[in-house]
Amino acid sequence: MLTLRYFASLRESIDCEEERVSLENTEVKTVNDLVLQLSKRGSPWDLLLDTRQVLVAVDQTICPRSQALHGDEEVAFFPPMTGG
Amino acid sequence: MPDVIHEVDIKIRVQSADFDLAEEYARLRDVSDNPGAIVTFVGLVRDFADASSDREQSLTLEHYPGMTEKALTSIAESACQRWPLTACTVIHRVGKLLGSEQIVAVLVASSHRDAAFSGAEFIMDYLKTEAPFWKKQAIGEESEWVASKESDYQRASRWHESGN
Repeated sequence: MLTLRYFASLRESIDCEEERVSLENTEVKTVNDLVLQLSKRGSPWDLLLDTRQVLVAVDQTICPRSQALHGDEEVAFFPPMTGG
Repeated sequence: MPDVIHEVDIKIRVQSADFDLAEEYARLRDVSDNPGAIVTFVGLVRDFADASSDREQSLTLEHYPGMTEKALTSIAESACQRWPLTACTVIHRVGKLLGSEQIVAVLVASSHRDAAFSGAEFIMDYLKTEAPFWKKQAIGEESEWVASKESDYQRASRWHESGN
């Protein structure tokens, strides 16, 4: 199972903090595939398609959307950081 | 033999409690091997609205526990690879903060001031764009997420270009 986590404004917009998703019986092989699948839920999940406003971390490391997924990772989605 | 260039004391803390800069400075001075120079930077909450307003202003910092510590450690390690730093402390607060409170501290020790200044600046620039913190500002009952700034990304990217 994948663990999906959402943070900050994105978490509020989609009203979800964390969920578990199985990749079994899906064609999802990359982060991009996952985003396309999630966006099929309709608004506001289509927010995930915005590559400028939504960053992705796999197992707590920022990565491009071409990153491969095996099905047991922690995938986090969040807006650009504003710390400091 | 592992490829260790020099032993650097790196301390990363993410906490809701305030910190005492004098205490952190004393600790860094103590653990550094003949530092020669220590640069300290502290970021504070600034007023973001009409200062005369009597409504409470606050900043709430959310983060991604686990990744935050990893990201800050990685940034500090990059600084240590780039400059001959002997010790480095990064403290970042989370949760609700009021005006003029301390948010972040970066302390860097080195034999030379150039390395200490550059190391501290590098860590702050990357912290702003690569460490998973998000600020939400509130005035009275109204609140909104702070937008990321293009200028922060430009500041971080200049370290790629300059090579020093």
